[in-house]
Amino acid sequence: MDLNTLWFILVTVLFCGFFVLEGFDYGVGMLVPLLGRDDRERRVIINSIGPVWDGNEVWLLTAGGAIFAAFPHWYATLFSGFYLALFLVLVGLIVRAVGLEFRSKHTSPAWRSAWDWLICVGSLLPALIFGVAVGNLLLGVPIDAKMTYVGGFWNLLNPFALIVGVTFVLLFLLHGALFLGLRTEGALQKRATSTALGLWLPTVIAAVALLVVAFFQTPLFAGGLAGWLLAGAAAVALVASGLLARARPGLAFTLTALTIILVTVATFRALFPNVMISTLDVKHSLTIYNASSSPYTLKVMTIVALTLVPVVLAYQGWTYWIFRKRLTTTSKLEY
Amino acid sequence: MDTLELARWQFGITTVYHFFFVPLTLGLSILVALMETAYVRTGNEVYKKMAKYWGKLFLINFAMGVATGIVQEFQFGMNWSEYSRFVGDIFGAPLAVEALLAFFIESTFLGLWIFGWDKLSKKLHLTTIWLVALGSNLSALWIIIANAWMQHPVGYVLRNGRAEMQDFFALLTNPQLPYEISHVFFGGVVTAAFFVLGISAWQLLRQKEFADFFQRSFRWGAVTALLGSVLVMLVGHGQGQWLERSNPMKLAAAEANWKTKDRCEFLIAAGIDEKNQKNTWSLPVGSLLSILAYNSPSGVVKGMTDLQAEYTQKYGPGDYIPPVTATFWSFRLMVASGLAMLALALLALWRSRNLIAPRWLLGLLVAGLALPYIGNSTGWMLAELGRQPWLVFGLMKTSAGVSLATTAGEVLFTVIGFTALYGALMVVDVWLLRKYAAQGPVEAAD
Ligand code: HDD
Ligand code: HEM
Ligand code: HEM
Repeated sequence: MDLNTLWFILVTVLFCGFFVLEGFDYGVGMLVPLLGRDDRERRVIINSIGPVWDGNEVWLLTAGGAIFAAFPHWYATLFSGFYLALFLVLVGLIVRAVGLEFRSKHTSPAWRSAWDWLICVGSLLPALIFGVAVGNLLLGVPIDAKMTYVGGFWNLLNPFALIVGVTFVLLFLLHGALFLGLRTEGALQKRATSTALGLWLPTVIAAVALLVVAFFQTPLFAGGLAGWLLAGAAAVALVASGLLARARPGLAFTLTALTIILVTVATFRALFPNVMISTLDVKHSLTIYNASSSPYTLKVMTIVALTLVPVVLAYQGWTYWIFRKRLTTTSKLEY
Repeated sequence: MDTLELARWQFGITTVYHFFFVPLTLGLSILVALMETAYVRTGNEVYKKMAKYWGKLFLINFAMGVATGIVQEFQFGMNWSEYSRFVGDIFGAPLAVEALLAFFIESTFLGLWIFGWDKLSKKLHLTTIWLVALGSNLSALWIIIANAWMQHPVGYVLRNGRAEMQDFFALLTNPQLPYEISHVFFGGVVTAAFFVLGISAWQLLRQKEFADFFQRSFRWGAVTALLGSVLVMLVGHGQGQWLERSNPMKLAAAEANWKTKDRCEFLIAAGIDEKNQKNTWSLPVGSLLSILAYNSPSGVVKGMTDLQAEYTQKYGPGDYIPPVTATFWSFRLMVASGLAMLALALLALWRSRNLIAPRWLLGLLVAGLALPYIGNSTGWMLAELGRQPWLVFGLMKTSAGVSLATTAGEVLFTVIGFTALYGALMVVDVWLLRKYAAQGPVEAAD
């Protein structure tokens, strides 16, 4: 395997980590004002991700940094092309980050409720837009001979991309509700679990719509058995998570995590060896070869990444272990 | 305005804004870690209160640093795609390392610190805040490695129209780097020092309650302020001397020095006529610039008109003179802020040895809170504006780096969007900081 392929796999891994971890963060964020009946409940919901959300967000930053370092043309074309969409993501992430930290620092109900809704919208926007972006990557976008995206903003809002966007939002909500069910007790836990059950069917329906349209419009199933296996396994995991949500909540959460991983892997597999497909002329597509850094940079970055990623995984895992105890509205809450 | 100009405004606004929060994180993380160390060492509860009180203010600031940092990470691709293509090989690497090596440490252990007071042993809890301080300052190191390369490119070859990395080690041993990182680091130290000093002074002025607590904090602040302001200026001096060798055009612009001269004077102030390339009036101090640049009164300092001729020969026709007025006054403001901080630090130490400092001094120290912010912002304007027209010195001009996919309308829209959002957040941030600063060292109820 050459280093370009290795880096493509590493980027895939980083996006898997990002979507799984920030997936429940965004889900929990969206649920703050919807599930929390009173101030303490909302605080418990926020505290369920309080110690970890920033560390989780760094997976996105690392994925971005890795694309920049390993595939600079991909970074340049994608980020300048999806300009306004990314602006909205940034606005969402900014108000969300600030909201999570500032929300409890003042007691006025109006202040808190305003931030709760900002956290909700700030979680919804990135979830939706990352879905839309994935949809467009699968469809391919107009890229010219100078590797520049020439499609504008509205072109991104096509039906298939919107289906993927909605599916991402629902899947993250489900994933987040299951996470909350694991991290809380009592009334809040019950409500989280029944919310998860309520979200399950719409998520399955959206996912089926996604797969059907993807079959006709995208390379998701193209190129042999692997595509079918990945998409099929994702669907099975998603369906099973709902069936197990009450009896085996831990397993159900693992299954939504698995769904997210399988969807991510399926997407990247479908693109490979392209990273961005041009709809104007396949010759203009960005691939892991024409978009990449020099072999030297790839080598240096490989050494760096392979040493550091296991260390990061170890101490992040340890954090989850420290905060493994369930939260209740009567426990002492850190603000 | 065209896309280029708007993108430049956007970068300037968002980066200076990000750097409003960064220096305080760099310095205060260390001070809070030292306070908690004192607590763990002595068992004295006052130190725990100090760590918690200043830690709370640290967190409010940190949240803004994180929120605005994400924009930084994305905007190289969004607004500067051609730049990203050109330098991705070299520039992307430190950015990725920064995330992997620094941001993960910083954010993960900060979560543990905030939520771990009752869950971790004292020593382990102390370790988490030291790791936060380490992570923050490592992140500064890696981003400055990237920035130092733009100021002074090393370890690359030009191939296929791109700058490709040839020697990673050369990036780490860039001669620009030790100056830049230590200058930024000590800039962070003085920022934290004047933050602690200013707020302590404010509290000592307005109430007797907690006088003990704030006097102690005051002393910590004053000592740190003296150390930091001396060191930031010493390093700055070294940096100026290095600049005369690495980018004399920037130094010449910072001094509004048009002609190459021996025994060059330093201008305290000047009227600058950029169009006719001369100064209309000036307040000179004889030979001082030569002394600053070479530690000796005789030394030839290059001037802009000669450098312009030299660069035209080397790089082809073009205007190689940076915006002189802005660079010149940024430099003056930065240095003035440093001198003022040194004076204040000395006064604070001298007049408060045994008793509370006099009220006039407390008042001055409250106002002094603005000084490090002025120094840091104008310092970056000097460094970045003085590098123009280059984006990467000698290799790529700023005009060549801007994105092709964006329209002026789109960029204008996001400039307005970010500015409005940032403005609103600044109001909220300052209001919250003031509220928590005013509250004093009490355990906040919910
Ligand atoms: C000298 C220091 C310094 C400089 C020049 C910059 N930053 Fe910064 N950045 C930090 C020092 C820092 C920090 C101290 O590590 C921060 C500030 C406050 C904080 O929370 O972390 C941070 C936060 C921060 C974050 C959020 C990290 C998280 O989620 O925990 C990102 C993504 C960036 N920065 C990216 C950048 C980029 C791409 C820059 C280049 C223009 C940049 N920063 C300039
Ligand atoms: C690693 C860190 C940094 C990098 C890589 C970087 C890079 C850049 C780039 C790409 C530009 C655009 C070119 C231009 O507008 O002229 C720029 C301009 C600018 N940067 Fe930096 N910068 C960094 C840090 C900072 C910081 C921390 C500040 C200040 C707080 C700063 C202040 C500015 C300003 C004010 C401009 C506008 C200059 C102009 O409009 O001409 N920079 N820099
Ligand atoms: C006598 C005092 C000082 C001198 C001689 C000095 C010198 C310099 C020089 C020459 C540069 C430009 C370096 C370059 O572009 O290559 C610089 C940049 C800078 N200065 Fe200062 N400085 C002084 C005080 C301060 C103070 C008090 C602060 C902040 C509190 C500060 C913050 C900065 C920052 C943030 C930068 C940009 C980053 C960098 O290039 O290191 N400086 N300084």
